[in-house]
Amino acid sequence: MLPRPTSHSKALGPGVAGPELAVATSAVLDRPPQPGAHLPLTGAAPCAVDPTSLNDPRQHTKYPYVTGTSVLAVKYKDGVLIGCDTLGAYGSTKRYKSTQRLYRVNDKCVVAAGGEISDFQHISTLLDELTTDDYRIDDGIQLTPQQVYSYLCRVMYNRRNKFDPLWNSLVVGGVQPDGSQFLGMVGMIGTHYTDSHVTTGFANQLARPLFRERQSDNMSEEEALNLLYDAMRVCYYRDKVSINKFQVAKVSTAGGVSISEPFALDMRWDYKMFSNPTKWAVGAW
Amino acid sequence: MLEGKGMTLPKAWKTGTTIAGLIYKDGVVLGADTRSTSGSTVADKNCSKIHYITPNIYACGAGTAADLEHVTDMVSGQLALHRYATGRSARVITAMTMFKQHLFKYQGHVGAALVLGGYDINGPHLFTIYPHGSTDSLPFATMGSGSLNAMAMFEAYYKDDMSRTEAMELVARGIRSGVMNDLGSGSNVDLCVITKDGVEYLRNYEYLQAKTYTRQFPVKYPPGTATVLKQRILSLKDVEVTEGAPEEMDVS
Repeated sequence: MLPRPTSHSKALGPGVAGPELAVATSAVLDRPPQPGAHLPLTGAAPCAVDPTSLNDPRQHTKYPYVTGTSVLAVKYKDGVLIGCDTLGAYGSTKRYKSTQRLYRVNDKCVVAAGGEISDFQHISTLLDELTTDDYRIDDGIQLTPQQVYSYLCRVMYNRRNKFDPLWNSLVVGGVQPDGSQFLGMVGMIGTHYTDSHVTTGFANQLARPLFRERQSDNMSEEEALNLLYDAMRVCYYRDKVSINKFQVAKVSTAGGVSISEPFALDMRWDYKMFSNPTKWAVGAW
Repeated sequence: MLEGKGMTLPKAWKTGTTIAGLIYKDGVVLGADTRSTSGSTVADKNCSKIHYITPNIYACGAGTAADLEHVTDMVSGQLALHRYATGRSARVITAMTMFKQHLFKYQGHVGAALVLGGYDINGPHLFTIYPHGSTDSLPFATMGSGSLNAMAMFEAYYKDDMSRTEAMELVARGIRSGVMNDLGSGSNVDLCVITKDGVEYLRNYEYLQAKTYTRQFPVKYPPGTATVLKQRILSLKDVEVTEGAPEEMDVS
């Protein structure tokens, strides 16, 4: 028997056993673990997902390092246009200013990515393997954008289920065999949707309002390019981690895939009222 | 204490919001949506986010609704006294300074983000004020959860020396962009145009999410709508009616 402490809470009154007198005995300490809300009823050890808890040297992706920012894409009359800048940022540093975030799968499909660049390179390798298989089979049939989209959905979702995601927001765009345009987005946790215009990252909030107002499935190429340029301009103005160097991929029913050379857009920095903004508020910004 | 047992307290009313302001040739146009949220519930479908400061200065507010109401009322009162003391109409930078000194003193705990606009002796002015007390002086500004959506419109379509109609149209377009693309903003668009000749407060300038159908109440069904299957008529001619005893006070 363990000695029982004789002091007790005054609130309980004299000679009364209360919480302070409840001492853990061996009966309490040495019993097997009871099922609780967080433990299985069989009494087995809970499923450990974190490899570090199993003394496994492998690690799960916790944060991205070299990242790409937004991707913008619209459908137009003859196909789809996908635009993004060419920056691979390392945190807030503009480290790699000539990364191509657009990947040509075949002449009907392009995949673009925001997020971790190394994971995008891995995805490009996977798609390369699929395309090589297609080439070797040599039956004239190529992967359609819809098939690439479904494949990428499964890849992303399965990685998410292992708590080791590919840290990307992917945009799949192209032309289906029947001539209709295809445009879809797959996120890092497997979320996916198809629409007439898709955006990732900052462009979700900056470009989507412009697309919702001006995009239509039968717009001309010139209108679509102007819309894309306006949206990319706004994204450059308001996204800290972006540069004025863009590439646009065009997938059209007639012309196949063409990825443009990097180009810069005109920016307006000379509005009159920005010239001396604190004229009437000296000391403010 | 109750939260430890799993109870969730209702969140403070916030104005998850789109507010915007724009300086044009002759003055300032301020705009705001009208949705006030408490967590994920819409608390007020048609609240007014453009607050009066002085006859020539108005402020749009985003953040905690209570903080905004009180801080704008406070500055409005302080400026009224200031106007009496100086004998002059208020300047926008005075309001801005009062706001920023108050907000900085509370180190960001007063959750008020404002777009302050007005027309004073030095012309039209537009300032943004952040909860921690920093300010920006800008020709166009947006704040709130829908600020990026509205800013996309401003960055794409702003030009120097706009006319009054163009400015109102652009601000309304920016607020509409916030209402349609942001879940924290909704309902209607309010505008406020301030020029040297005075203020035009356009409450509910645009109805964006009005009900498309109004129900008639009480519902009137024409006789014969329901098929009569059986009919039984009781005569109440010989029924006796007695008055009930009066209710006595319960003293037991």
